[in-house]
Amino acid sequence: MKSMDNIKNTNSKDETTASISANEAGAVVMAVKVDDLTVAYNYKPVLWDIDLEIPEGVLMAIVGPNGAGKSTLIKAILGILKPIAGSVSIYGKPYHKQRSHVAYVPQKGSVDWDFPTVALDVVMMGTYGSLGWIKRPGVKEKKAALEALEKVGMLPFKNRQISQLSGGQQQRIFLARALVQDASIYFMDEPFQGVDATTEIAIINILKELRKAGKTVVVVHHDLQTVPEYFDWVTFLNVKKIATGPVKDIFNDDNLTKTYGINYKVSVQK
Amino acid sequence: MNLQDYFSLVFSDYTLRTITFGTAILGAVTGMLGSFAVLRKQSLLGDAISHAALPGIALAFLITGAKDTNTLLLGALVSGLVGTFWIRGIVTKTHLKSDTALGLILSLFFGFGMLLLTFIQKQPNANQAGLDKYLFGQAATLVESDVWLMAIVTGICLIVMLLFWKEFKLLLFDPDYTKTLGFNTKFIDILITTFIVLAIVLGLQTVGVVLMSAMLLAPAAAARQWTNSLGTMVFLAAIFGAFSGVFGTAISASQDNLSTGPVIVIVASVFVIFSFVFSPGRGLLFRQIRFIKNRRDLEFQKTLAFMYHIAETHEDISHPHTIKILNNFQGFTRKTLQKLADKNYVTLDGAMWSLTEEGFETAANLYNQNFKKHE
Ligand SMILES: Nc1ncnc2c1ncn2[C@@H]1O[C@H](COP(=O)(O)OP(=O)(O)OP(=O)(O)O)[C@@H](O)[C@H]1O
Ligand SMILES: [Mg+2]
Repeated sequence: MKSMDNIKNTNSKDETTASISANEAGAVVMAVKVDDLTVAYNYKPVLWDIDLEIPEGVLMAIVGPNGAGKSTLIKAILGILKPIAGSVSIYGKPYHKQRSHVAYVPQKGSVDWDFPTVALDVVMMGTYGSLGWIKRPGVKEKKAALEALEKVGMLPFKNRQISQLSGGQQQRIFLARALVQDASIYFMDEPFQGVDATTEIAIINILKELRKAGKTVVVVHHDLQTVPEYFDWVTFLNVKKIATGPVKDIFNDDNLTKTYGINYKVSVQK
Repeated sequence: MNLQDYFSLVFSDYTLRTITFGTAILGAVTGMLGSFAVLRKQSLLGDAISHAALPGIALAFLITGAKDTNTLLLGALVSGLVGTFWIRGIVTKTHLKSDTALGLILSLFFGFGMLLLTFIQKQPNANQAGLDKYLFGQAATLVESDVWLMAIVTGICLIVMLLFWKEFKLLLFDPDYTKTLGFNTKFIDILITTFIVLAIVLGLQTVGVVLMSAMLLAPAAAARQWTNSLGTMVFLAAIFGAFSGVFGTAISASQDNLSTGPVIVIVASVFVIFSFVFSPGRGLLFRQIRFIKNRRDLEFQKTLAFMYHIAETHEDISHPHTIKILNNFQGFTRKTLQKLADKNYVTLDGAMWSLTEEGFETAANLYNQNFKKHE
């Protein structure tokens, strides 16, 4: 929560964000900027007119009920889905120009884990983007993949068929694959899904390390209890954006109730 | 002709050699590409493509009046591609599920194709007979130029596959992620699909519209059972496909009346059944064996643990007890007891048993070991 300490004025959103990561000129550095984003799968939009700014260097949670559009938001930012309106920019440029700066950890259930391959191979996929077309991964890429496996504590499983990994281990493989990308912004869709307490701590430590290295990390998160402990920034989402800002300022009963519909009492104290 | 005659003839008889080569190459290329279809869960795609090719054959005949294979297959290719990309369009533009789209296109094109075939058959044209061979295929009509065409397409397919191996693998495993890395997934997808269409069209003459999809799926499904590596799977599928082609041709050539296409498909299916039962990793048989073995091990350990608890209560761990005590305990069998004795964990003396020093140690460590194993 170090970055929280230098926030002087929490009343104005602009001034708040400015203190997060201002360059010498005093201007805010926005890692991600989403303007008027509207996304629909069928006719009814699942995301409505989203405006969102993610300052550089934050560790942000995106919270909201099932079906709120959290995964959809990430997919739209990453260009996997085409929005029906609105735009997204990464460091001021459209996503397709900034790919090398962005890494993605999809929801674990989005792939078939019975695919015939081993853990190391999946992690290597993180290097494919920088390799580009046709070029094969070599010694350098393998080394990077092994390092990432080591970081998530999965080195002993490098040659394990991926269907024979536990859910938490599969999650760590996905995390390692994103780490290999060596990006500036990380989008993670429920990286804590189905992991035990030890793994959760291991993962959050990695995320905090990323933040310390100046990276921006955006995480879809379901466990409201741990939001204040893990994250310094939060976005409430339920089809529309309810609120976004420092956890310290906006993580309260009011926003939770607006997002989750029910009268929510945060049992967590700040 | 029996099978032996076949294998001695295959090197001298020109026709037989041509057919054998043709079916082998066909089996290899469909097996290879079939792996991609199976892993993308597009098992129905092959069926839809081959059925979609039928009206193309009929139309090509109607337009050109020629019955030469290449013209007809070109027609098949065009209508196969149209059908395939129509399916893609339906899936991306509407919210129909892909199997619905596949089924729709399959029936629509096949129905139209059959209509055209009936129409052609009614025409007073001496040239029309034999178009229906594309329904079930007729390997006997393969000539050398057909085989060359197959070989060239297979060669190109192989080169493209090796070139884009990394991209193919990535797309097969995680299409969304592939997109975020900046690869044009549409291009990779079209590349794979086009080759699948090509392979299917090449097989129409030999195996026919109706059974073609089995050539695509069977070798790949069999290969999946034996390996956990994509490369090995594709390679094995090609081998299985080629063997199905050769054996199918051999069997049908040695039994005068059997048509080659269906026999090839049956041989390929035998590969599938065999693989599903006997493959070591995923096969039913080995799974059953593993299950029984695990249960035995468990019985063995449970009995030992039970004995340990009894022996524990005595000063002298090797104090003899009656075997009858063990009857209270459910996991116990005579066989387990004998096995414990064989391992020197217990000594048996008539109706009495006693734990040995070694048995006691092992039993004491049982739980620890189990615990460690699961860590
Ligand atoms: N491929 C799809 N086709 C049609 N509708 C979809 C599709 N994917 C998601 N939706 C719908 O869009 C809405 C938002 O889905 P999304 O997956 O973004 O929710 P989420 O917030 O990530 O939920 P969860 O917490 O369950 O992961 C849901 O109502 C869902 O039913
Ligand atoms: Mg989601």
